Amino acid sequence: MSKVDLSVKIGDLFLRNPIMLASGTVGYGSEISEFTDLNTIGGIVTKSLSLKPRKGNPPQRIAETPAGMLNAIGLANVGVEEFIKSKIPFLKKFDVPLICNIAASSVEEYVECTKILTSEETIKAFEINVSCPNVKEGGLQFGNDVKAVGKVTEKVRVATSKPIIIKLSPNVSYISEFAEVVKKEGGDAVSAINTLVGTTFDINTRKPKIFNINGGLSGPAIKPIALAKVLEISRKVDIPVIGTGGIMNWKDVIEFMIVGSSAVQIGTLNFIDPTAPGKIVKELVDYCLQKGITKISDLTSSYLIDE
Amino acid sequence: MFIIESPIVEKKILQDNVFLLKMHSPEIASVIKPAQFLNIRVSSESYPLLRRPFSVCDVEGEHIYLLFNIFGEGTRILAGKSSGDLIDILGPLGNGFNLNDDYETAVIVAGGLGSAPFPFVTRELNDNKEIISFIGGRTSKDVITYGMKNVFTASDDGSSGFKGSVVELLNSKIEELQKKNIKVFGCGPTPMLKALKEFCVKHNIVCEVSAECAMACGFGICQGCPIESTNNSEKYLLVCNDGPVFNVRDVVI
Repeated sequence: MSKVDLSVKIGDLFLRNPIMLASGTVGYGSEISEFTDLNTIGGIVTKSLSLKPRKGNPPQRIAETPAGMLNAIGLANVGVEEFIKSKIPFLKKFDVPLICNIAASSVEEYVECTKILTSEETIKAFEINVSCPNVKEGGLQFGNDVKAVGKVTEKVRVATSKPIIIKLSPNVSYISEFAEVVKKEGGDAVSAINTLVGTTFDINTRKPKIFNINGGLSGPAIKPIALAKVLEISRKVDIPVIGTGGIMNWKDVIEFMIVGSSAVQIGTLNFIDPTAPGKIVKELVDYCLQKGITKISDLTSSYLIDE
Repeated sequence: MFIIESPIVEKKILQDNVFLLKMHSPEIASVIKPAQFLNIRVSSESYPLLRRPFSVCDVEGEHIYLLFNIFGEGTRILAGKSSGDLIDILGPLGNGFNLNDDYETAVIVAGGLGSAPFPFVTRELNDNKEIISFIGGRTSKDVITYGMKNVFTASDDGSSGFKGSVVELLNSKIEELQKKNIKVFGCGPTPMLKALKEFCVKHNIVCEVSAECAMACGFGICQGCPIESTNNSEKYLLVCNDGPVFNVRDVVI
């Protein structure tokens, strides 16, 4: 019996520990389960699901960059219906909270996806990806538009009684404004941050290295930015934050919690070492024991900043 | 699938910029098939961050071999390793060639580093099938014939064997090949695979190719390595999980 209480709460969502696996880095759970016992993880966030299956972008979809990677997968996914039919039965076998990530091109599609999925008992919460596609009206990116994020939160709130987490874009001036509107419209938490827009070119061919030209930057390169965004939200808005961005080890997890995260998501690291999440959970216990911390949730927003 | 650290037991420079690493890896050696691949982490630092996929070059008892050239930062680091250094390997990954079908002569067609999987293919086929190997490269420096037998070479500049592409060389032997019950196994740069597909479709020859694509994980979660399927335009196949070996008719090259 561990002497350290690793459990955390995000609104009504109870996690046995703060380690979640980020959307788009664990598929629908089956591949990663060969490396990490999912029953030891705090929660799994599915690959973004859309109402209809999406083929995604042509190759190249990824490119490595210093201490990071760019991806432009294009939300390739099996669609909500196929997810329920063929992916949920596998995930049911595990005792791990399943969080469904939803991506859509309109407010109506977000609502429709949520309505269909909310009756699935295995799904414990929703993470709404507002940082990828375009809105129907006006073509503005959801994630860059405070009003659009507010509207999505408001409408999805009506569609489900399960916890709603809004995954925020870092490609904005003040991320706390977005967290504020999520709270106001009834969202339970925010994930911060989604990837940063970036690109890379081949100097010989003068062509972009990825088909989509721009991709989302992830990996340790973005960690300081993610920490700053989490801290900004934590200091300005009273809403649980799930910290994400370049976590490579247990120390990064602690750092994210100190600046304001209630839980964290591990993403790019899963591609490099899919056994890492399980190891990190154990290492967190060691850290807490060493520091005399009995409840890991006490670390959240425990930063000491001289005012 | 394992994630293990295997020690290098020998490093050789085969020619110019071509390296051969021999590693002691009984776990992987006992299960890996020709053209399956290994995703290797060359450094525990943040740069280079991702693993790099390498086709297994050969297997000998408890040892596995990798063949590569210095192409970027990752391969530069790998080439700098020496005996005793541990290599972080994730694998075996992917499907591998189907070597045991109904054919009598295996026709190997490789361009440049596309030679990498064929020493293992040659070893596995030994005594069971006749093998003819067509190996091409830009110049003689890029023509890699290590571990292969019954070799015909081609080079763009004529510095090794036939002057022209490896598929042109293959085409020059078509009458002889058509007298045999053959299956083609191909690996190499995309333009070569494209020409090989056209050749095999035109002459009604069975052909499997090992495809290549940038990827992060190597086991299906990053979705980074799509390849267009000829059977279903609604959905990409993944080079890592559905391949890297494909019936050449099943994919758009």
